[in-house]
Amino acid sequence: MSCSRMETKILAYVDGRLKDSERLDVEKHLASCAACKVRATEFRAVNSLLDELPQIEPSPAFDLRVHALVAAEPVKRAWWSSLMLSPRVAFAAAMLLLATAWIGTRGPEAPVIAGPDAAVVENADYDVISNFAPLSDLSQASDDDDDSDTSSGNGVGTSATPTM
Amino acid sequence: MARSDVQLMLDVKAGDETSFALLLQRYRRPLVNFLYRMVRNREQAEDLAQEVFLRVYRAREEYVPSAKFTTWLFRIATNLALNSVRDTRYQRLEVSLDAPVTVDAEDGEEKVLDVAEKHPNIEQHLVDETRVQMIKHAIDKLPEKQRAAVLLHKYQELDYGEISKILQCSESALKSLLFRAYESLRVELAPLVARQAR
Repeated sequence: MSCSRMETKILAYVDGRLKDSERLDVEKHLASCAACKVRATEFRAVNSLLDELPQIEPSPAFDLRVHALVAAEPVKRAWWSSLMLSPRVAFAAAMLLLATAWIGTRGPEAPVIAGPDAAVVENADYDVISNFAPLSDLSQASDDDDDSDTSSGNGVGTSATPTM
Repeated sequence: MARSDVQLMLDVKAGDETSFALLLQRYRRPLVNFLYRMVRNREQAEDLAQEVFLRVYRAREEYVPSAKFTTWLFRIATNLALNSVRDTRYQRLEVSLDAPVTVDAEDGEEKVLDVAEKHPNIEQHLVDETRVQMIKHAIDKLPEKQRAAVLLHKYQELDYGEISKILQCSESALKSLLFRAYESLRVELAPLVARQAR
């Protein structure tokens, strides 16, 4: 092995990162080359000097600051999430949909018209409004219920103020 | 059994915030130390480390485990550090030569060196401080890319393949880069190296 080839191997040799076959090649060269042997020894010395540098500890607030930065990040939403509704709106939409479906299943109903032979129920317990006062007697009618009965011909008044 | 980095990152991608906290816990110290040695300023190193974690979090949706997590993490950190060093290079040139001599205390904070400071063994303390300062100074003098290569190789113990991906160069280029860096270091630290090599 040449000295120039040693350049790419020597640090890995010092670190113990070479394969066995490569390590043996390097050791063979070092045995015959004083310059490379000195270099290997000094690289090893540099390596242990670098070990002497003290480590520093991150400040106590470091984690808090990172978490605060992360918490301040805008939440990324998928494209479809913009279509999602709030629960209240979703509930209202569901109710509307149900109501529409219910109406749709009932279909149009024909109005019921009584035939000419429909029996008239006599003496039914109808609550007939018959005590309306005539429009002209509005001011008096409220005072005299009995009189208003006799004055209305068909028994059904047109007044907007029934006196029951 | 501890989950791997990749698994934690996939869990973060799935929306698990506690996995992000675990990654933060696992890598905050190596990252802050790496960045501190790159930019030589603790506050700036922490700011950059925070930015690294933020970028990791932002990229969670697109994360695909195609490489080792550490390769990706330190690639972000290295790019940020190199940009920061280049940005502040000219500011550093303006630092007054009259500025007081400072040392880095054990907790990493810079403080003015006070010789009269009470210490059980002031002489030994000063010798140790001087030694550490020399090593730091030697690393600081390396060109940025060499410095990054040494720090990743020595302190993060990443393999050549990973470091070459982080620095975006071939493995043989990386080996040359590291060789030149170690050559500079052994020259710069010659007095210490000679003592160490005995």
